[in-house]
Amino acid sequence: MNKPLRRIAIFCGLLVLTLLIRDNWLQYVKADSLKNDDKNRRVTIARYSTPRGDIIVGGNPVTGSTETKSNGLNDLKYKRTYKNGPMWAPVTGYASQAFGANQLENIEDGILTGNDDRLFFRNTLDMITGKPKQGGNVVTTLNAAAQKAAYNGLKNTGGKGAAVALDPSTGKILALASYPSYDPSSFAGTSNKDAEAWKKLQKNANPADPMLNRALRETYPPGSTFKVVTAAAALENGLYKSADEATDSPLPYTLPDTHTELKNEGNIPCKNATMREALRVSCNTVFGKIGADLGKDKMLEEAKKFGFDAEQYTPVRTAASNFPEEMNRPSTALSSIGQFETAATPLQMAMVASAVANDGKLMKPYMVDMLQTPNLDPLEKTEPQELGRPLSAQNAQVLQSMMETVVKDGTGKNAQIPNVTVGGKTGTAQHGVANSANPYAWFISYAKLPDGSSPVAVAVVVEDENANRDDISGGGLAAPIAKSVMEAVINSKK
Amino acid sequence: MSSTTNPSTHHTSTIGAIGAPSRRNTELALLVFAVAIPVFAYANVGLAINNQVPSGLLSYGLGLGLLAGVAHLVVRKFAPYADPLLLPLATLLNGLGLVVIWRLDQSKLLQSIKQAGTAAPRQLLYTAMGIALFIVVLIFLKDHRVLQRYTYISMVGALFLLLLPLVPGLGANIYGAKIWISVAGFSIQPGEFAKIVLAIFFAGYLMVKRDALALASRRFMGLYLPRGRDLGPILVVWFISILILVFETDLGTSLLFFGMFVIMLYVATERTSWIVFGLLMSAAGAVGVASFEPHVKMRVQAWLDPMKEYTLSQAGVGGHSEQSMQALWAFGSGGTLGSGLGQGHSDLIRFAANSDFILATFGEELGLAGIMALLLIYGLIVERGVRTALAARDPFGKLLAIGLSGAFALQVFVVSGGVMGLIPLTGMTMPFVAYGGSSVIANWALVGILIRISDTARRPAPAPASNPDAEMTQVVRP
Repeated sequence: MNKPLRRIAIFCGLLVLTLLIRDNWLQYVKADSLKNDDKNRRVTIARYSTPRGDIIVGGNPVTGSTETKSNGLNDLKYKRTYKNGPMWAPVTGYASQAFGANQLENIEDGILTGNDDRLFFRNTLDMITGKPKQGGNVVTTLNAAAQKAAYNGLKNTGGKGAAVALDPSTGKILALASYPSYDPSSFAGTSNKDAEAWKKLQKNANPADPMLNRALRETYPPGSTFKVVTAAAALENGLYKSADEATDSPLPYTLPDTHTELKNEGNIPCKNATMREALRVSCNTVFGKIGADLGKDKMLEEAKKFGFDAEQYTPVRTAASNFPEEMNRPSTALSSIGQFETAATPLQMAMVASAVANDGKLMKPYMVDMLQTPNLDPLEKTEPQELGRPLSAQNAQVLQSMMETVVKDGTGKNAQIPNVTVGGKTGTAQHGVANSANPYAWFISYAKLPDGSSPVAVAVVVEDENANRDDISGGGLAAPIAKSVMEAVINSKK
Repeated sequence: MSSTTNPSTHHTSTIGAIGAPSRRNTELALLVFAVAIPVFAYANVGLAINNQVPSGLLSYGLGLGLLAGVAHLVVRKFAPYADPLLLPLATLLNGLGLVVIWRLDQSKLLQSIKQAGTAAPRQLLYTAMGIALFIVVLIFLKDHRVLQRYTYISMVGALFLLLLPLVPGLGANIYGAKIWISVAGFSIQPGEFAKIVLAIFFAGYLMVKRDALALASRRFMGLYLPRGRDLGPILVVWFISILILVFETDLGTSLLFFGMFVIMLYVATERTSWIVFGLLMSAAGAVGVASFEPHVKMRVQAWLDPMKEYTLSQAGVGGHSEQSMQALWAFGSGGTLGSGLGQGHSDLIRFAANSDFILATFGEELGLAGIMALLLIYGLIVERGVRTALAARDPFGKLLAIGLSGAFALQVFVVSGGVMGLIPLTGMTMPFVAYGGSSVIANWALVGILIRISDTARRPAPAPASNPDAEMTQVVRP
């Protein structure tokens, strides 16, 4: 009987071995993915077990933590609070005990909770000395005054919109506002009240969609502001050598291969106008024809150099702006004046303005300046990074002079700032079926100080449902907001 | 040497007569560790949760130490040649189980849903009852061969126990599996006791029938096929397993009994064909039932896609359970070294966190290292059981020992495999560590019987009448 007994012994050994292998698979191979699974409640418990680190703007935290009122059952000890939540929500995102986290709160969660591997040594030390675990801080690049100007400006129009300000020489995001917004404090906890607030903010309950980060995640047809890109393509490809060379632009202009006339807004002097003049009065015919003459490949190439058709990581991921890859000649003409399928995030258009202002060098936009350990030692600093050169310095200066003419005596007069050179471009983009919806009012601009440096580039988009249709134009609605943001940045430099 | 000139039979008896060491002191030394480790673990939990050494530390330590001490003294008196590892290993598992049950008692979440709170004191009481039964077995069962007389009574008893949960008004449906009965406020799992009684029946029956089953067979395609009438018993057992599966909807119990029978049949007949038959029949039975019986079917689906099951249960769809996924998260979050006792969140498993799913708490708080150690302890118990079977001198003892150890191994596999997501979840509990009276008491009885068999096996044969030829014999040990 002993032979089968030995075999059964081997069989039992194999059973135990199988269990050991399975356990190694679970607790070693799959351990990290199980441990960090978003649905694993432990992730939330860890996130709120200690006061969260703060998100800092200009030396002051815009977030905080408060101890949760505990009935003994709540396993989450601390709750997130926000100062001026609606204004900063597009930057911070939210960290809610019940509904998870997004944007910076999610991306930098490891630092904020103190669980990041780079804090491991410190945590171990703390554990030995018996100090409680602490989260690190996220220092942003934002400028509080500019953000306030942007948010209040949008709020005052009463419509939906977004504004982005960049530092052209570094790519630092100075303002990132979206309106309507939400207060992430309102649903930071787990109570019924929080759930109620969360429900009310969802798109299906609230058509204004306050939780949409319009500055980064929504794309709009850029309208005439896209003519800056088209002008850059014309200069880069040598179609026209200077701003003051007369263009070959018939009026009326029929879209190629069609019998459809491309119209200008009103009766403006666009026949064979120079590019400077065409940008000043915003000629659809001139830039439509430039786009058609260059062809879709060259237009696409230039648009991509400015960052179109790619997601940006700021580190919050943006929506990809779109310049169509496949289209016929009339569509190319329409796309080149920011219509057809062209669509851009406000950040994208701010990048266009910043590249022009920075003499053709496009910097990678970013909003996290530095990660700090809990005792404020720098852990990681973001270095400015060049994303590309959409146009040469010489051509950039030509384009700057054109954009400055627009503000000096064109459609962008509302953005003028005393003693500061401002270059800009207005836009009014049609949308909706048969253009039935309210158009978007755009304004992109940059400011140049007397010393030649350019501290800020801005893009603003506003959709005003209550405004009279004719009143909407980039110059009227969006330019004043851009102006106040630029002023705020310039004043904070002083 | 003279040894070559003597008949070898003399040698065996002579060596035996020199005296196999009883190893009782080894057992005592190991028992000290088996009590000390859980006491330290208990202090650890208290420090981690309440920042102080738990007030019950002394009474807990003394209680466990006393139980282990009494058990040891009884073994020393009534089974002096017993295997020295079995008692310490069982004590260690039981002690660690108590610690983790107490740890889950501290969870406010489990207290609020009445899943824990006072489980540890009750488990200590069950442990005392278990060790009492262990002592009764050792005192009253002087020789395991006595059990042979009760072969057919055992059969009736086992069937009775197995069918108890199906009696209306007595059976209780807990978490979908009908393997409990409810008596005077206590939930009892008769299957745990049936495991032992059934092993006695199989051992007795197979010992008598083994020759008929082994020899009267036809050879077909390299396999020995049994005669039709000899197939009867295996078919009956198979059919009963299927019935258990269908009516009690528990895959684990069914697999356990059928697996135990196949193991014992194979050992009795030495015919590989029985293994093949057994595997085919259990596979067919399991697949067949799993595709028709809704509860079993759901368990299988939960096993295939625990995440979907979790999502459904979160969405409030009835009948689904988040347990499987929660258990996997607990294991994963434990990682290699675990979060430390008292510092995990395995109470998120909620229902049956301290019984069926207790392994997940071990996994989270003691990590991969802890689970591997735990599994190896189980493996060691099985190994000692198999060794006892090898050493046993009578076929009944061999069969009973291998049946009990095999069933123990299968149970450990079925339960931990289920909790770790290796196989579908079943309603059985981890021997010794899980909360539950039936399991603890039955398994102490099981260890008692194994110790009895090992004592008989290792006990030196009575010294032979002095043989003048052997006078000059000297044993030469290499």
